[in-house]
Amino acid sequence: MLQVTDLRKTYPTGDEALKGVTTSVEGSETVAMIGPSGAGKSTFIRCVNRLTEPSGGEIYLDDTELTGLNDDALRAARRDIGMIFQEYNLVERLTVMENVLTGRLGYVSAWQAFRRSFPPEDIERAYEILDRVGLGEMENKRVDELSGGQRQRVGIARAVIQQPKILLVDEPTSSLDPETSNTVMRLLTDIAAEREVPVLINIHEVDLAIEHADRIVGLHDGELVFEGSPSELDQLGLDQVYRGAEVPENADDGQAPETTGDGDVLPDTDRPLAGET
Amino acid sequence: MATEQPTWERFDRRRRLSRFVLLLVAAVTVVASWRFMDTGVARPETIPREIADLLTRMYPPDVAYTTQIVQPLIETVQIAALGTLGAILLAVPVALLAAENTTPNAATFWLGKLIVTVSRSVNTIIWALFFVVLFGSGPLAGAVAIVFRSIGFLGKLLGEEIEEIDFGQVEAVRASGASSAQILLYGVLPQVKPALVGLSIYRWDINIRDSTVLGFVGAGGIGVELFRAVNAFAWQSVAMVLIVILGVVVVTESLSAYTRGLVR
Repeated sequence: MLQVTDLRKTYPTGDEALKGVTTSVEGSETVAMIGPSGAGKSTFIRCVNRLTEPSGGEIYLDDTELTGLNDDALRAARRDIGMIFQEYNLVERLTVMENVLTGRLGYVSAWQAFRRSFPPEDIERAYEILDRVGLGEMENKRVDELSGGQRQRVGIARAVIQQPKILLVDEPTSSLDPETSNTVMRLLTDIAAEREVPVLINIHEVDLAIEHADRIVGLHDGELVFEGSPSELDQLGLDQVYRGAEVPENADDGQAPETTGDGDVLPDTDRPLAGET
Repeated sequence: MATEQPTWERFDRRRRLSRFVLLLVAAVTVVASWRFMDTGVARPETIPREIADLLTRMYPPDVAYTTQIVQPLIETVQIAALGTLGAILLAVPVALLAAENTTPNAATFWLGKLIVTVSRSVNTIIWALFFVVLFGSGPLAGAVAIVFRSIGFLGKLLGEEIEEIDFGQVEAVRASGASSAQILLYGVLPQVKPALVGLSIYRWDINIRDSTVLGFVGAGGIGVELFRAVNAFAWQSVAMVLIVILGVVVVTESLSAYTRGLVR
């Protein structure tokens, strides 16, 4: 279980990316984090495994508090956190197998890693996962020969072979076409469900979030403005997330909420639901 | 009413003026340097005759001399190979220090830059002079000189390659819990491998040429023979040495080009 309390991040430039966000990912649920560009979604995910150093707050993964860990303890903790990236971030000049085995680096010495001598059970698991993501027989292909969808499957395999306690997924579909996006999302959530791994996904395609997530949290300008099930995400919720509408004291159905924030009103054709924001 | 013709110029008036001034400065510098150096050949009319004279003395090349230069030639190739190998080993850490994205802190960054600059600002032959004093004359001094000159070259260019890598790939390796050494092996090395191989072969190619003259200062190799032959006015032997050097350089250059083509 991931429990994040009052997470803050202020960049050296003075940008406040996160202004105290509290949320959790429990059991083996899939949580989708939605929000416009610059809302702090990526920063949030990157703060959890400390690719970005948080400025304040607490992050508990099960019983381990992550923000205070020293380098060695952090490396050990990262083995339990699988991460999938928007641009796949595969090592382009290595083979599919080498990329998948990268997920086991935390368990072997540098010399073993250099010699590519991973334990047989890691190899076996790698084959099994490659089969599961539909890349059987592709293990010796170099990653730069693969298509975008195939690359993201390798990305999924690399994260899953870590046998993580949680999967952090940063915009997994932004570089993919809509159809591949859907397949990749389905594969990702299915695998997570099979292995009972909780997932935190950053995503800006709201329809994909609604379709694949158990719960949705919405960020706007570094603050948590929505939290609920996909069915609870109505127009009001979307307005709060994407246009910074005030959370009304008495939500009055049928009455259009007043928009503040940057103040300009999106035309209907530019609704987040319609696709990319 | 006549409409104004649209005009477009690449440079505005100020840019044009400053470009003109720059060109003028360059021209004046060239002319001034020429005059300052007092460059000029005392009797230009004798040049063709001197060339003809030299060529006649060189012809025919002393083919029998070949047996004597085989050994120094092998030594030359060995100096270059050993020097390049040593340089690669030492240049990799220097490159990591001199690259902004892998250096631990500002102090190590400047240390890396300092090593690169010192190594590069001293010519191989001057390094060789220095090491001949240290180790005595012979191929060891030559090989170490090659190492010291090549560290800067490889360190600088490899460092620049490291600065160009995609850091996302490095981050992904880091996110899996890899140690620093593993991050270098999996995140950085594969990305700079073609550059590392290409630059090393290129430097080896340069080092072969450099080590042919190391013998002039007593640092071993075929240069010793060349220098001796020149001093003895044995022009036919000089011709033979030059032909052999030319052959070696042609072979190494084509080998270098071919091998670099293989890496991707």
